[in-house]
Amino acid sequence: MTTPFLDANFALNVALLLMLLAIALAVVRTRSLLAAILLMGVYSFVVAAWLMVMDAADVAFTEAVVGAGISTIVLLGAILLTHGEVVRVNWRLQVVPAILVLVVGGVLIYAAGGLPNFGDPASPANSHVGRIYLETTYGDIGAPNVVTAVLASYRGFDTLGETTVIFAACVGVALMLGFGPRVDTAPTVDVMGDHHVVLRVISKMLIPLIVLFALYVQFHGDLGAGGGFQAGVIMAVAVILHAMIFGLGETTKAFRPGVMRSISAFGVVLYTGVGIVCLVNGGGFLDYDFLFTPQVEAMIPPGLLGDPDKPHHWGQHFGILFIELGVLLTVASTMVSIFYGFAGRTIEAIKAERGS
Amino acid sequence: MSWLASHFNYVIVVALMMAGLFIVFSSGNLIKRMIGLALFQSSTGLFYISLSKVSGATAAITLDAGSVDGKALASQLDPAYVQQFGVDGVVYANPLPHVLILTAIVVGVATLAVGLAIAVRVREAYGTVEADEIEALSRVTAEQAEPAR
Repeated sequence: MTTPFLDANFALNVALLLMLLAIALAVVRTRSLLAAILLMGVYSFVVAAWLMVMDAADVAFTEAVVGAGISTIVLLGAILLTHGEVVRVNWRLQVVPAILVLVVGGVLIYAAGGLPNFGDPASPANSHVGRIYLETTYGDIGAPNVVTAVLASYRGFDTLGETTVIFAACVGVALMLGFGPRVDTAPTVDVMGDHHVVLRVISKMLIPLIVLFALYVQFHGDLGAGGGFQAGVIMAVAVILHAMIFGLGETTKAFRPGVMRSISAFGVVLYTGVGIVCLVNGGGFLDYDFLFTPQVEAMIPPGLLGDPDKPHHWGQHFGILFIELGVLLTVASTMVSIFYGFAGRTIEAIKAERGS
Repeated sequence: MSWLASHFNYVIVVALMMAGLFIVFSSGNLIKRMIGLALFQSSTGLFYISLSKVSGATAAITLDAGSVDGKALASQLDPAYVQQFGVDGVVYANPLPHVLILTAIVVGVATLAVGLAIAVRVREAYGTVEADEIEALSRVTAEQAEPAR
């Protein structure tokens, strides 16, 4: 190997990983759940920074918005409904788990000796299927971002499964925590009558920008880092910010819980629908090359699409556009529904406490 | 290069996994356990991404063949190395683990929410999320139900 190994990149890698280890040990030690949750938020941001060092721009983006954003909100909602402190455990009861964990860790570190060197371009993982995707994607799909192309086109079926899992989580949380606050009972905030005017004015300006950024991430996904998963979470964050600043009552009027759940299902339907259209046109399931039929081409005014290198790229572009839209709808509405589930439960708990 | 330098990432990944596993094993608090599971899951992601790292590579976003950016990136590396491992003169990171971990992160937060929802319901039923107290309470309930039958 002729490239420098102990370069600045590797030094950053080591520094960030040691920070992660320190944060993880702090999470193990702390008895305050609030501290643990905030430390996990910090952990996610450090992971996102580390992922940029690893050249995984798309994953870094996802980790930053999901790990530091949504996870923290959901965990905070959960401790609000339970209890913020962990009961002290007798140290004798921790000896057996510690021994077990040390044994498992020892075996894994021993086994790590058989893994390829860090950064090895000739390792089995990097030299076979990963390399083939890099070589063929631009010719097959016409999308520069290989990660999005593999996610949405080559492995579109896989992503359909993951979108369905997210929809199932939406249904699961709704079944366990109820269907969110009822629109007429959720509290509203007197917008003019409190100290948070500056916060409200600034948020009012920020929320449209957040949505605009989400749309940019969505439609720029096949050119640069981004895509439906990231954009969906960013869009949900805009709605959650609105609920935090203006009160749940105002937000549920604009984004009704019932509509959110329907959209979550519709996203999966849209994704599956694209696959079925491909089937009807004579291709395989989710084979986007069959989306751009001569009939579709005849409907589009000439000159609008420019002059693509290969005609089937338009089918791939349409397919990725629509399935990413389905992913966006499902992810955004699921995250909002989960937030409504926890927030609505909190309102009921407060009411029950006041009533008794 | 020494073994520790070339396998440093794997050692840290295993240590993070051990931290997560220890929380899951030793903590009786259901919310803390979910945090431990999140830590464990995150370490798996770190392992995949560590494997996908290629020295001197750039993010897997295809540059036009012979573009200025591509040439600038390639000029920092040994030409023979670029020739052997690059695609059209640019060395890219392996995109496949990125795809797997990207979706795993989003699915992970969705399953985390389901787990926490279960913890909330457990708290409503038993008044606590500590596993030991729940077990004691359910034993009492079972003993009370016994004579009635």
